[in-house]
This record gives sequence, C-alpha cells and structure tokens, in this order.
Amino acid sequence: MKISNIFRRKSSREVAKDRLKILLISDRVNCSPEMMEMIKNDIAKVISKYMKIDANSMEIQISKTGTKGRNMKNPTLYANIPILDLNK
Amino acid sequence: MCEVIVVTSGKGGVGKTTTSANVGTGLAQMGKKVVLIDTDIGLRNLDVVMGLENRIVYNLVDVVEGNCRVKQALIRDKRHPSLYLMPSAQTRDKSSVRPEQMIKLIDHLKNQFDYIILDCPAGIEQGFQNAIAGADRALVVTTPEVSAIRDADRIIGLLESQEFKKIDLVINRLRPDMVKRGDMMSASDVIDILSIPLIGIVPDDENVVIATNQGEPLVGNPTPAGKAYYNICERILGKEVAFHDFTRSISFWTRVSGIFHKI
Repeated sequence: MKISNIFRRKSSREVAKDRLKILLISDRVNCSPEMMEMIKNDIAKVISKYMKIDANSMEIQISKTGTKGRNMKNPTLYANIPILDLNK
Repeated sequence: MCEVIVVTSGKGGVGKTTTSANVGTGLAQMGKKVVLIDTDIGLRNLDVVMGLENRIVYNLVDVVEGNCRVKQALIRDKRHPSLYLMPSAQTRDKSSVRPEQMIKLIDHLKNQFDYIILDCPAGIEQGFQNAIAGADRALVVTTPEVSAIRDADRIIGLLESQEFKKIDLVINRLRPDMVKRGDMMSASDVIDILSIPLIGIVPDDENVVIATNQGEPLVGNPTPAGKAYYNICERILGKEVAFHDFTRSISFWTRVSGIFHKI
C-alpha cells in the first residue's frame, strides 16, 4: 500500500471481509435479493401511511440474533428506516 | 473406535487432496491404522499426491460393484505400513457410486482401521453426497479468499443440516506477509466469518509443490507446511497444540524490506 493511499482507501483485506459478511447473510437465509427488495418496498408502503420516510436510503437485512455459533434458528429482520417527518 | 473424517471445501483447488494426503500420512506416522479413500470419481489425484499411481489394480468402483474384494483395492503406502489408499476410478463418473454403497463400504472398513479419511470432490452434487454419507466428522478446507470462503460457508451449512458432530476449519495457503500488509484476510477474520472451530493454519509454502512433484507428503518435515500438518494431526488426536502465529514468524529481513516497500 502506498502512503498516499493510507488515508483514502480501506485495505483490500477489510474490503473482502465486509463484502463477505453481507454476501453470506443472503446466502445463508436463502432469500433472493429480489425478494428482499419486495419486502423492503412493502414495508416502505405501510410505514408511509403514517409518517414521511426516506424510502431511498432505507435498508433491510436478515441476520442472526445472539452470538452463539452460526445457527440460523432465530434469524431477525432488521429494518433501518430514516424518518423525514413524524407528522405526515 | 474408528473415526471417519471427510475432507471437503466446496471450491476446487484449495488443497483438499493435499490435506487428505498429509493428514492421513501424519496419523499413520503417529502409529494409527489409516485408510485414505479417494471419492473423486473421474478425476482421481490422491494416488499421484501419495506417489502410489503405479500400484493401482482395482479401485473404489470395482469394490462397490463387486468386481473385487475390498482388500484387493487397498494399496499399502510405500513408507508407512499402517497406511492404505483406496483409489478412485478414472474412467467412470460420480453416478457410479451411491451414498448407501459408501456407507456399506465404510462400515466394512471401520473395524480394521482407526481412521478413515475421505477425500471429497469439489462441488455439492452427487460426489459430495457420496463422500459425506458415511462420515461423522469433517475438515473444511478454505483459503483466505472471498470465493473459497463463500463456498466453504455453503458446505458448512450443508454439513450442519446433515447433523455432523464435528466440523473443523483448515485455513490453507495463508500468506503472512500479505496479511501484514492488509492485503489478505487473517486467520481470525476467516474464523470470524465462518464461526466454526479452527483445527489448523497452513502457510503458503513452495515445499508443498515440491512434495507433490515427488509424490511424498511433507507432514512432519521441518518445513512450515510440514509442521502445520503435523499439528493438525495432533489436534485430531485430541492434543492441545498452540496455534503458530505466522504474522510473527516473518524474518527480520522480510520486515525491513516490508517497511521500505510501504514507503
């Protein structure tokens, strides 16, 4: 790594690790990206009834709860929904 | 008690056959009676890695089809009298054997050996199903690369759904110099992602290529990979062996040149 790059870029090791972590979540739950997109759109639609949200920067993710091993017995759906205005 | 261990990885070319050969040879060096079974029908290679390719008469498919007795297909190793190899067939394909036949064969071998090591083919199809059918323990081999780790994760998922009692990880071809530079995932990164117990870290070592050229496993030799495989064998036997920190074993000169390289 060149000194000029140190402050600008993540090391390729970190890039690989981050990419894998995200990749394996969808691999493990056997849930296609298309289906995740559909779930995301539906959630956005429902929440929009009650408040103004930023649907474009919303994120959803399925991950395991707890830290015990790699058992996916209790997968959890996390949704990160930025609210623009609470009173619609 | 006989332990049946399958060596698997999902991705090809990460070192399943090399690991099988070295673990089998290492356990034999430690006085165990071991049989290595090559289950990669159509693409057999364990025989050449072991240097036994000229002694093959019968193979795995001949045994399951009843063309010969089990004993006739077992080749005794050149150096270790307690080590045997059952080669795979080269001119057949994976569908020539069914999982039930593998279980029957393993049951037959169980009372004659301490360890049965199954070298699994790449992929998750029939060949993989055959290899894992009779096994009760697995060594999952991966390299610190994105594609190999992804495939290993898939394999671990499949093994867990088959209720394997023990699944251990072998991290192969680690380059301590690259880890140090931040250009390769470290052993702890890989364990963090795959969340299964680690049984060995094998550093990238040119002696592996030399050993394969000569058809002699290098386990137990005073080379980095030879020592790493020896440690894996000891851990399989249940001994507590400390893990070697490869990032610390880099020589002074490599470090100095590394500093200059950075600047």
